[in-house]
Amino acid sequence: MMPFDFEYHHPLTIQEAVTTFARLDMSGKTPKYYGGGTELISMARMNNLSFGSVVDIKDVPECKVLQLDNENLTLGSALTLTQIHENNTFPLLSQSGARVADHTIQNKITLGGNLCGTIIYKETLLPLLLTDSELVLADPSGMRTVKIGDVYRERIELNPFEFIVQVKIPAKYLGVPYFHLKRTKQDKITYPLVTVCALQADNQIRLAFSGLCHFPFRSKEMEKVVNDKSMPMDARIDWAVNCIPTETLDDIEGSFSFRQFVVKIMLYDIINSLGAS
Amino acid sequence: MVKNMTQEGIIELNVNGEVRKALVRPADTLLFALRERLGLTGAKPGCENGDCGACTVLVDGWPIKSCLMLAVEAVGHAVETIEGLDNAPIQKEFVEKFAFQCGYCTPGFIMNAQGLINIHPDANDAMINEWLQSNICRCTSYQEINEAVKEALKQASPKMVSPPS
Repeated sequence: MMPFDFEYHHPLTIQEAVTTFARLDMSGKTPKYYGGGTELISMARMNNLSFGSVVDIKDVPECKVLQLDNENLTLGSALTLTQIHENNTFPLLSQSGARVADHTIQNKITLGGNLCGTIIYKETLLPLLLTDSELVLADPSGMRTVKIGDVYRERIELNPFEFIVQVKIPAKYLGVPYFHLKRTKQDKITYPLVTVCALQADNQIRLAFSGLCHFPFRSKEMEKVVNDKSMPMDARIDWAVNCIPTETLDDIEGSFSFRQFVVKIMLYDIINSLGAS
Repeated sequence: MVKNMTQEGIIELNVNGEVRKALVRPADTLLFALRERLGLTGAKPGCENGDCGACTVLVDGWPIKSCLMLAVEAVGHAVETIEGLDNAPIQKEFVEKFAFQCGYCTPGFIMNAQGLINIHPDANDAMINEWLQSNICRCTSYQEINEAVKEALKQASPKMVSPPS
């Protein structure tokens, strides 16, 4: 049973959502935007998170869009991971989402929730980083569209009262060769030891990882090394591991050295799968 | 569809084809409302953290862990619990295959399997395994459960179900 009370607000437009959120915040009702709610409910039940109100955005029509045109695949932030997987227009994102939690919870977890949650892994972020996707954001002052790389610094940095309305993935990347692998300590359904997403664009391999450090990342330094065909493959892989951008996690899921070993094996598999060998 | 709910109040839920009224707080989960307000105790509280699947029900045909859904979110959607199944093939096959021991996880497994049967009646082994990994059986009846689902799938016919909303 939930240990505290909160208000439930259910806007049907973007404007209503942001103004409701701002009003609740200014009246001290500590609002949270609510999509699938899986993380909010589970953390609230354990008293790891408290809030006075939720603003449920999943019936805002723009947040439910799933549309492909010549330029972009547009995904509403309230689409569930199952909806994205069943549609499967972008297989790399489908596969990433299909390894978040378990199948039943994927019926509830939303794309926006996975991107903005407090759990560090955010595995659906990796394909978006690799494809230089854009985020459509809304706050009381209006809407803006930004490159994900411009607002992602260890987490997606949003303005006060702002939420993700949509993700726009450039259509040119939807069909390129890709690689996805999630390694776990033991069970299939758990947090990653290391998850990697890679794709081949413009004859270059792009790499993004989750579980390796305390935040997901795309590393252009690692990409540069891996794509440097002037070096033998073993040397490239050793050097690429040295380019991991921050401290490698060292915890009960896996030691520092084991994670780096796993990454090396992944890099061999990626190079063999996508070329650059 | 509920517009706003700022305090405890009565909501209408469509459960097993009936419109039922329930007094809930905005913070109450669907699992709480089903069990404590509507007396439908088939969905079981296990971990209440989305891990075990004992509380699984169908919402608009899709399996949902009712411990991770607010009751107020279910307004305007069709909820189906184990009490709503009437000698469905999957129930018969669970008996035939001895697919349970203590039975605590059984309603959750059956509702998840019923969702699979409705949505993907042509499910292959990989899909069956993927779906069933959402539920945990402490008595480790997994092999028998798998066999029961396969047998029930042989009797399945496609049912139109939209992706979860």
